[in-house]
Amino acid sequence: MMKGLRRLTAVLSLFAMTILMAGCSDKVVVLNPKGEIGKHQLDLIIISTVLCLVIIVPVLILTFYIVWKYRHNSKKATKYEPEWEHSTKLETIWWSIPIVIIAILAAVTIKYTHMLEPSKPLEHEAKPIVIQVTSLDWKWLFQYPDQGIATVNYIQFPDNVPVEFQLTSDAPMNSFWIPQLGGQIYTMSGMAMKLHLIAEEPGDYMGMGANFSGRDFGKMEFTAKATSQAEFDAWVQQVKDSSPALTTEGYEQLAIPGVSEVETFSSIPEGLFNKIVNKYGAHNHGSGSAEHTDNSGETTNEGATEHEHGNAEATMNHEGHVGHE
Amino acid sequence: MWDKIKDFASEFFVTGDPLIYGADVSIGLTLIAVVAALTYFKKWTWLWKDWLTTVDHKKIGIMYVIASLLMLFRGGVDALLMRTQLAVPNMEFLAPEHYNQIFTTHGVIMILFMAMPLMFGLFNLVIPLQIGARDVAFPFLNSLSFWLFFFGAMLFNVSFVIGGSPDAGWLAYPPLSELSHSPGVGQDFYIWGIQISGIGSLMTGINFIVTILKMRAPGMKLMKMPMFTWSVLSSCLTIILAFPILTITLALLFIDRYLGAHFFTLDMGGNPMMYINLIWMWGHPEVYIVILPAFGIFSEVVATFSKKRLFGYKSMVFALMAISVTSFFTWAHHFFTMGSGANVNAFFAISTMIIAIPTGVKVFNWLFTMYRGKLSFPTPMLWMIGFIPCFVVGGMTGVLLSVAPADFQFHNSYFLIAHFHQVLIGGVAFGYFAGLYYWWPKVFGFKLNEKIGKWAFWFWNIGFYVCFMPQYVLGLMGMTRRVSSYGWDKGWYELNLTSTIGGFLMGIGFLFQVWQILHSIKFMERDTTGDPWDGRTLEWSIPSPAPMYNFATLPRADDKDAWWEEKQRIAQGHAPKPQPKIEPIHMPKNSGIPFIMSACFFVAGFGFVFDWLWMAIPGLIGVVACMLAHSFNYKTDYYIPVDEIKRTEAAARRVI
Repeated sequence: MMKGLRRLTAVLSLFAMTILMAGCSDKVVVLNPKGEIGKHQLDLIIISTVLCLVIIVPVLILTFYIVWKYRHNSKKATKYEPEWEHSTKLETIWWSIPIVIIAILAAVTIKYTHMLEPSKPLEHEAKPIVIQVTSLDWKWLFQYPDQGIATVNYIQFPDNVPVEFQLTSDAPMNSFWIPQLGGQIYTMSGMAMKLHLIAEEPGDYMGMGANFSGRDFGKMEFTAKATSQAEFDAWVQQVKDSSPALTTEGYEQLAIPGVSEVETFSSIPEGLFNKIVNKYGAHNHGSGSAEHTDNSGETTNEGATEHEHGNAEATMNHEGHVGHE
Repeated sequence: MWDKIKDFASEFFVTGDPLIYGADVSIGLTLIAVVAALTYFKKWTWLWKDWLTTVDHKKIGIMYVIASLLMLFRGGVDALLMRTQLAVPNMEFLAPEHYNQIFTTHGVIMILFMAMPLMFGLFNLVIPLQIGARDVAFPFLNSLSFWLFFFGAMLFNVSFVIGGSPDAGWLAYPPLSELSHSPGVGQDFYIWGIQISGIGSLMTGINFIVTILKMRAPGMKLMKMPMFTWSVLSSCLTIILAFPILTITLALLFIDRYLGAHFFTLDMGGNPMMYINLIWMWGHPEVYIVILPAFGIFSEVVATFSKKRLFGYKSMVFALMAISVTSFFTWAHHFFTMGSGANVNAFFAISTMIIAIPTGVKVFNWLFTMYRGKLSFPTPMLWMIGFIPCFVVGGMTGVLLSVAPADFQFHNSYFLIAHFHQVLIGGVAFGYFAGLYYWWPKVFGFKLNEKIGKWAFWFWNIGFYVCFMPQYVLGLMGMTRRVSSYGWDKGWYELNLTSTIGGFLMGIGFLFQVWQILHSIKFMERDTTGDPWDGRTLEWSIPSPAPMYNFATLPRADDKDAWWEEKQRIAQGHAPKPQPKIEPIHMPKNSGIPFIMSACFFVAGFGFVFDWLWMAIPGLIGVVACMLAHSFNYKTDYYIPVDEIKRTEAAARRVI
C-alpha cells in the first residue's frame, strides 16, 4: 500500500515537473498570449486556478493525513469514535468555504464575461481592420472587405491594430481559434458572429478550426501573421498585383468539400460574405446583444451591420424558401 | 443475380479494412463457439428458463454487469486505437474517416452502453436488498428495460460490421448527422440504438423511484435510507426528467432524416443550434445521472471500511438533491462560444460553479467519515481513496472550465478532454469498480482476489494520471479534440506518446480485472457468513448469494445502519430481534415477453435503419402483439410455500 502511494507521489511530481517545464516553453500557447484578449483570459485562468487551489491543496493534504493517521494497522493508538456522525459547526464551515470561494469567482466571472464579450470592440486608438471569416469544408476563407482581397488558410494583419473578425460558415459549424491572441468563437451558418482580437507584437500565430466539422476538419489550420503596418500594406499590394481574382464561380469551387493549400485572391465578388450569411436565412443572433454592435467606425461592406441585418432577415427568409422550391 | 448479391453485400457489410475483416472473423467464430457450447452442454433450456426470461432483479443485475463489461472492452479498444493513432505525429494507422467513427462509438458506448448499464446493474443487484424488498416494484418492466438496453446496444454495435458506424461525434450534432452530411446508415444505427435502449433507461428510472418510495422495509423512513439508495433516487429522478428530452431530440432528428423535415438542417428554416441546446439539456444531467450513484457507492464503502457512521447524513442527502436539480440549469456551458451574449454566459457559468459547492461538501463529509475511524484498505476502499484526489482535481478543472471567458481558450481542446475523463473515470468508473468489488461477494458468494485486484487498481490509477495529465498540457498547447493526426512542428509529440502509454497501462489494468474475475471464480473461498466486510446495511443480513425471495421474513430498519446496529446489540449480549413467522411469499413469474418484444424492437429498428418497411412494420406489429399478450396474461405470479422457504434458508445459512 505505502509503496504504491510513494510510487504515485513520484509519478505525480514527475508530471508536475513536466508541466512546469512545458509552461516555460512557448509551445504552451494559451499560457503565452501575445494580445490583449488572450492576456486577460490568462489572468482569469490564473485567478480561478489560485482560487481553486486555496481549497484543493488543503483537501489533498487532509486526505493523505487522515488516510495515513487512521489506518487500521497503525502502530499508534488513534481515537475511534464509531458513532460520531454530525457536527453542525464543522459542516457549517465546509458549506461556507466553497460558497465564499464560488461567490468570489462568480463576481470575477461576471466582470470578465462582460469585459471580454467577443462582440465588443476593443478600446484602441487605431481603427480596426475587418476580416470576414468563412469556414468551409475543410478550409478557411478570409475576406478583407476594405482591402478588397481574400485568402485561404492564411491571414495577415498589422500588429497593434484591433482586428474585427466577422465570422460565418458555409458548412457545418466550426470554431475559429488563434490561441495566442484569444479564445475561440463558433462559426455558424446563417449568422455573422463577431470576435475582436489584437496582436501586440509581430509573429506567426497558430490558428485552427477547433470544432469537429467532418472528415478533414483536422486540416483546417492556418497561420495568423502579425506584421508592421508597412509590411502589411506591402503584402496587400503584392496580393493585388500577383494573385488571381476570386469570382463567384471560384467561390463555389472553393466551397466543394476538400482540403486546400494557402491561396490568395486579388479581388472579391461584391457582397459575397453577406450572400453566404443570408443564404441560409439570416438569424438576428450573430453578435451577441445589439448594444455591443458598433456600426459607426465601419466602412465595411453592407449587411453585417445590425439594421440591414434585420431587413435582410425579413427578405432573406422568404427568399431562402423561394430558392429551394 | 450473382452480381446483384455481390453489390448488395458490398454495401451491406463494411468492407475494405483488414481490422474490420478481423473483427468479422472473430465475431463469427465467437458466435459459433457460443452456439456450439450451448448445444453440446445442453444449456439452451437453462439459458432460456434461468436467464432470458427471468424477472429476478439479481439475475437481471448480473446480465447488466456482464453486458457492460463487454461494452467496456469494446469502448476501451476504441480508446486504445485512438491513442495508437495519436502516439506519434503523422501516424497513418487510422484514416480520418475511421478515426471519426471510432471516437463517435467510443463516446456513445462508454456513456450509454457501458456506464449506464453498469449503473443499472448495480441498482438491480443492490437496491432491493438494501431497502429490504423482495424485488423491484415492476419486475416485468425491469426485465423489459434490460432487454431493450441489450438489443439497443446490439443494434448500435452491429454498425461496426454492417452498414458502417456513425461518425458525427457522440452527440451527433447536425448538420453532420443530417442526411446532407451523413447519407449512410451509420447515423440511423445511432438513432435507433439509442432510442431503443433509451426507452429502457426511462423505465428503469420509473421502476426504481417506485421501488424506493413504496417498497422499503418497515421502519425505514426516507431519512433513514442508506446513502446509496438516496443516490439512486436522485439519479432516477434526474433520469425521468432528462431522458424524454433525448428521446424527443433524436425523434426530431429521425424525422429530419427519414421524412425530410427541417428541424435541424442548415437551410429551409432549420436550426442546428436548437439541437445543440436540446441534446445538452439531456447531456448535462446525463453525466450527473451516472456520477450520483457513484457518490452513493463511495458513501457506503467509506462508512463500512472506516467502521464508522457516514458523516453528515443530512448534508449528504441535501447535496445529492441539490446537484440533481442544479444539473438541469447548466447545459449552455457546453457552448459558451456560441455567442449567446455576456449575461447568458454569466448565468450558466455561475450555475455550473454552484454545483461545485455540494460536491465539495460531499468530499469533506467522506474525509470526516474516515476521521477517527478504523480504516482498512481492501480493494473497494482502495478505489474510494484513489477517487478522492482524482475527483477533486477533476472537479477543480471543471470549475476552471466553467469560467466562461476562460472557457473560450479551453473549449474543444484536450484540456476539456482531460477534464471530463478525469471526472468520468476518476469518479464514475472508479465508483462503479468500488461498487462491483464491494457487492461482488453478496451477488456471487465469494470475494474477488485481493492481490490481483490491487495490481489492477495500481495499473488503472497510475495509467490514468500518465494518460490524462499530459492532455491538460496538450490542451494548453492548442491541441484540439477529434484531430486524427498532427505534425512534428507542433511540439505535441512527447506528451501524446506519454498519454498513449498511460492508456495502455489502463488497458493492462482491465486485463488484470478480467484475470481477477476468472481466477476468483475458480479459486476463491465461498463466503458462508453473508457479511464478509462487516457491513452496515440490510443487504448484509441475508446469505450470499441471496435466495430468490431475498428476505424470508421482511426485516425492520429502525436505524440508518440497521444491520450494524443489530450486530452491535447482539455483541452486547442482547438476543437477536425476534423473526416473524415465515409465510408463503408472493413472487412474480418469469416471462419471455420482454425478450421477444425487445427482439421485435431490434427488428423494427434494423428495418428503419435500412428503410426496409417490409421488416420494420412486422417488427412494430410484433411489439404491439407482445404488449397485448402481456396485457391479457393473468398468470403472472405465484407463491413460494413455507416448506420450501425453510429448506432454502436452512441450506443457505447452514443451520438446522
